[in-house]
Amino acid sequence: MSMNKLDQLYRSVIMDHYKKPRNKGVIDNSNVSIDMNNPTCGDRIHLSLQVEDGVVVDAKFEGEGCSISMSSASMMTQAIKGKTTKEAVELAHVFSEMMLGHKHDDSIDLGDVEALSGVSQFPARIKCATLSWKAMEKGIKEANL
Amino acid sequence: MMKTDIRSYFPILNQEVNGHPLVYLDSAATSQKPTQVLEAVKHYYEYDNSNVHRGVHTLGNRATDAYEGAREKVRQFINAKSTEEVIFTKGTTNGLNMVAASFGRANVDEGDEIVITYMEHHSNLIPWQQLAKEKNATLKYIDMNPDGTLSIDQVKEAITDRTKIVSIAFASNVLGTVNPIKEIAAIAHAHGAVMVVDGAQGVPHFHTDVQDLDCDFLAFSGHKMCGPTGIGVLYGKKEHLENMSPIDFGGEMISTVGLYESTWADLPWKFEGGTPNIAGAIGLGAAIDFLETIGMDAIIEHERNLTRYAIEQLNAIDGVSIYGPQDPTKRSGLVTFNIDGIHPHDVATVLDMEGIAVRAGHHCAQPLMKWLKCTATARASFYLYNTEADVARLIEGLRSAKEYFADVNE
Repeated sequence: MSMNKLDQLYRSVIMDHYKKPRNKGVIDNSNVSIDMNNPTCGDRIHLSLQVEDGVVVDAKFEGEGCSISMSSASMMTQAIKGKTTKEAVELAHVFSEMMLGHKHDDSIDLGDVEALSGVSQFPARIKCATLSWKAMEKGIKEANL
Repeated sequence: MMKTDIRSYFPILNQEVNGHPLVYLDSAATSQKPTQVLEAVKHYYEYDNSNVHRGVHTLGNRATDAYEGAREKVRQFINAKSTEEVIFTKGTTNGLNMVAASFGRANVDEGDEIVITYMEHHSNLIPWQQLAKEKNATLKYIDMNPDGTLSIDQVKEAITDRTKIVSIAFASNVLGTVNPIKEIAAIAHAHGAVMVVDGAQGVPHFHTDVQDLDCDFLAFSGHKMCGPTGIGVLYGKKEHLENMSPIDFGGEMISTVGLYESTWADLPWKFEGGTPNIAGAIGLGAAIDFLETIGMDAIIEHERNLTRYAIEQLNAIDGVSIYGPQDPTKRSGLVTFNIDGIHPHDVATVLDMEGIAVRAGHHCAQPLMKWLKCTATARASFYLYNTEADVARLIEGLRSAKEYFADVNE
C-alpha cells in the first residue's frame, strides 16, 4: 500500500536522472553562476548557465543531495536548454505550482519534469525538488539577462 | 528491561502512521509527553491559572507555589545547592546564549580563549563564535579521536591559562558520545576557566549531579525529557550568577525602579524578566516526577540495551556506516548512520512510509558533518518508551529501503 505511494515519488525516470545526471559539471566563463543550499538539510547546488541573446544555450549543475534534489536539477537543466530566460522563469513558476499540488498550465510540455509531480504528496520533500529551480530563477534575475 | 506498560502513559504512541503502527525514533529532537505531564499542564490552566509573584489572591498563590515547586523539583533532580541557582529559560539555546551574553561579555577580553569541540550543536557553537568575534578572542576546538570521542590529553592540550570559558556537550546529538565533563571541568578550573555544559542530550538520559560534576553552568531543555516545549533550565553557580547582569529587563526581575536607576530582584528572579512559562515549568516538574519514578539509572540502562542491539543489527546490514563510538557504554541512546548509495532523506522517507520516524539531515551540527566528511546522516534516537520491537522495525525498514533502491536503481 505505502510502497505504491513511494512509487509515485521515486518514478523510474527520476531514479534514471539520479543515477545518470544530465548536464553535470560547470560551464567555464558562464554568464550566470549561482550557489544555493537548503539550510534545513544540507543539500547544495552550484548552477551555471550560458545565456546568449536571451536564450539559455547551455546549463550545468554540480551539487550534493538526495535523489529528489539531484534528479530535479538534472531535469531542470535539460528542460531549460534552448528556452528563453523568460520561458525558463515561467517554467519555474509552473513547477512551483505543481509542487503545491495546484492545477498548472498543461499546455506547457514539461517532459521528464512531469515525473516529479508525485513530490507534492510528500510535503517534507518539496524543498528538495525546488532547490535547483529557485537557483535558476534567482541566477537569471540577478544576472539580468 | 523497561516495563512495557510505560508505553501506555504516552497516548501519542498508540496510532498508525501511513498504515503502520507508529515507531517514534526521534526523541533526541523532542521526546513524547506522558499523560502525567499533559494532566499537570491541563490542571494548571483549568484550576490555578494566574500570574506568579504578584497578586495576593488565592489563584496567584497557587500558581506561584506550583511554579516555585517545580523549581525545587529541578534543584533536587540536578542536585543544585539552592533554588537560587535554578533559572527557568525557554530552552538550552536560550540558556547558553544567556551565559555568553552576560558572563561571557563581562569576562572574556581580547586575546582570551574560548574552548569548545567539533561535536557541538550550533546552539553551543554560534554564541561562542559571535562572542569571540566581538571581543577579538580566540575560539579553539579540541581535537577528537577518529571514533568521535575526546581524550583527556587533547583536552589538556587545548585548555591554557588564557582560556576563560570551556563549553562542551554532555552528550553529542550526532555521535552519541558522552563526554567526561567532570575531568574536563577539573582541567578548566586548574587554568582559572569556567566549565559550561550543554546538557540537552545528557540530562534527559542519565543522572546529573552538578555538584559532583563541579560545572559552573548547565543548560538543558524540558521538551527532550518528557516536558513541554518552551521551557528549559539554566543552572549556574551562585558566585557567578550574583555577579552577572540580567539580560531581559522588565517586570518580575526588579527590586526597585527609579526614573534613572533600578536595582534587581534576588536570584534567580533577576534572570526571569517578564511573565515566565508557568505552565511549562509545572509540566517540567511533572516530567521530573515521572522520570524519577522510573529512575534515571534504569532509563540509561534501557537506552544502552537498545543501542547495543541497534548497533549489532545495523552492522549486519551491508553498506551501513555507524558514526561515533561502537561501545554502547560510551554513548547515549542514539545511533547515527548512513547507507551506501541511499541519501538519508530518501532513507527517512521510505521509513516514514512504514510508520517509522527518524531524523535525517545535518542535525544542526554542520562543522561536525564536515569533520565526518558527509553532508547529512540519518539518526535513530531512543527513549524510555522504545522497545526492541521498535529497533527490529527500524532494521526491517532499512532492509526494505535497500531493496527498494536496489530495484529502482536497476
